[in-house]
Amino acid sequence: MNARDEVLARIRTAVADGAAPAPVARDYRTAGQPPAVAGEELLELLVDRLVDYRALVRRSSTAMVAATVVAALTERGARRVAVPEGILPAGLDRLEPGIELVGDAPPLSPAQLDGLDGVLTGCAVAIAETGTIVLDGGSGQGRRALSLVPDYHLVVVTAAQVVATVPEGLARLDPARPQTWISGPSATSDIELDRVEGVHGPRTLEVIVCS
Amino acid sequence: MTQPVFLGMPTAPPGVGQLRSRRPFPEAARAALGDAQLRRNLAKATGTIRAKRAAVVEELPDWAELRAAGAAIKDQVLAGLDGYLVQLEEQVSARGGVVHWARDANEANRIVTDLVKAAGAGEVVKVKSMATQEIGLNEALATAGIAAWETDLAELIVQLGHDSPSHILVPAIHRNRAEIREIFLREMGKVGLPAPPDLSDEPRALAEAARLHLRRKFLEAEVAVSGANFAVAETGTLAVVESEGNGRMCLTLPRVLITVMGIEKLVPTWRDLEVFLQLLPRSSTGERMNPYTSMWTGVHDGDGPSEFHLVLLDNGRTATLADPQGRSALRCIRCSACLNVCPVYERTGGHAYGSVYPGPIGAVLSPQMTGVADNASLPYASTLCGACYDVCPVAIDIPQMLVHLRSRVVDAKREASRTPSPERVVMAAAAWTMDSPARWAGALRAARLGRLLGGRRGRITALPPPLSAWTGTRDVPLPPSQTFRDWWTRRERRRRRNP
Repeated sequence: MNARDEVLARIRTAVADGAAPAPVARDYRTAGQPPAVAGEELLELLVDRLVDYRALVRRSSTAMVAATVVAALTERGARRVAVPEGILPAGLDRLEPGIELVGDAPPLSPAQLDGLDGVLTGCAVAIAETGTIVLDGGSGQGRRALSLVPDYHLVVVTAAQVVATVPEGLARLDPARPQTWISGPSATSDIELDRVEGVHGPRTLEVIVCS
Repeated sequence: MTQPVFLGMPTAPPGVGQLRSRRPFPEAARAALGDAQLRRNLAKATGTIRAKRAAVVEELPDWAELRAAGAAIKDQVLAGLDGYLVQLEEQVSARGGVVHWARDANEANRIVTDLVKAAGAGEVVKVKSMATQEIGLNEALATAGIAAWETDLAELIVQLGHDSPSHILVPAIHRNRAEIREIFLREMGKVGLPAPPDLSDEPRALAEAARLHLRRKFLEAEVAVSGANFAVAETGTLAVVESEGNGRMCLTLPRVLITVMGIEKLVPTWRDLEVFLQLLPRSSTGERMNPYTSMWTGVHDGDGPSEFHLVLLDNGRTATLADPQGRSALRCIRCSACLNVCPVYERTGGHAYGSVYPGPIGAVLSPQMTGVADNASLPYASTLCGACYDVCPVAIDIPQMLVHLRSRVVDAKREASRTPSPERVVMAAAAWTMDSPARWAGALRAARLGRLLGGRRGRITALPPPLSAWTGTRDVPLPPSQTFRDWWTRRERRRRRNP
């Protein structure tokens, strides 16, 4: 018998007592329920949780986002910044001179990405309660390596992308797409279980929350 | 008595990997208890994490409901495991992945080694993975001339220190910052970029040293090996949760990705992740969400590895599944909350358990995976205080399971040896006595003779051998001068006389 058939046969023998499992009760807060927080309160919760996990946060508006991006990049001193396809809504394509936007077509090598000052992306969903930004490779987000190798990640989140809870966030996502859930900058608790920020992923995460 | 079916199920083989303790727990624990530095390191670390976990669990209004759902989903997985695995295989294959099946550690190691060789690589980068620790993959790869670089900070500390992990989440929990600094200064230069000579023992500086040391390896690696926290049967999606970004590096940059996963790591549907992505980070690092979670489904065109292999590992899991009173140990999502609250773990540390799975969950998992005869002391490595059950995010009743496994240990010893042990003789005598009310009453009255041994303060402090094994570490209360039965009979008699 090959390994597959043998493992499957072992499982069938093992559970032959046929004890039926209890049904799964989903009486926790699910995606179908009316959200407990919404509007400005929801955005404030997101900001609070992002800051708590050491992300930098700027508030902006859809009209002002280009200026906020420029301000963030300028303050950071980022001169060469990776940008995925589709990140440039109105205004973002005309950044200040002196900031070079580097496209990813043809794909940048890991070494090239490592040489950049940062990366600018959008996101698919943001979960307020946990301070989580989810990228799924959709428009304006790029492939996973793009938002990983540069040491500075600037993300633009729009109000419509923000949900309150994990179940709400998951319900909006497509499992067929590659996903990265990001909650604060790279961190570790491996030394004496004390959390410190900054290991292999971007050591600075900056989020622009647009109302 | 009918032969329990789990006795016939193949367990994890000996001689490979790390599931068996080389010496009994009490002996290993004694050595650990003598190490004052270790006890200080553990007390500090577990104290920190306990407080963090309690705070973020408190924050959720529906924690109890999530916990119940987590347990129920995992029970559903275990009851229908064959079907879910076949479904997962179909989905992963349909999306460009290749699924391999491994009966045990040796077979899994062979599969991974062959895949790395086929990729033409002389080294691999690794994401922290309990499954690959369990099967001793690094050692197997080394035998084949392949270097495996651990990239998780704690695993790096363990690897550079020629040490073994002592905690599921934080394998180097037994090391403090000063020890880590020394290891980095001494060892990093031997295998790659040396640590800066002026390295301080600030956690931030140590993390920075690890970043620099591993950067080149990440950017140039051809093959990565990972474990998985969850696999979704319905969609073929794999998930890895982590903190540092080393996971993202390994899962994204190399051309070939090999994931080794225990067969129980499944959830049936995409939606089920909504439960576990809340339970796991809060239970494990005490965070609302871990910094990074990566999810992928087969191979994604132009994004990440172009070759993906999934190795499904049994290695004693079906033997665990076969015991109806022990199988719920397979619900475990490796959060390590039970380690952090365990009074025994906090004092002995993980090495005393001898398995990659230490602490309360290890005490129920390791003996089941190896067969109880090979880890016979582990079910006793507990005070049965119940703290582990309280914090378990999937409600594994570890104390009850420990008691059950103790009985299996006794059964296994009886099977192994026909000579009556003192324990057996005593148990047999007790059964005979308790069979008859008259014999039982007589025995209780006879126990009053024990009062003759009474020392000071109404306690027996020393019994003759073999009972001295008990009184060596604890006192025995004196038997009462009157048994309950005698007292009751007399009381009833008096009441009948003067109603």
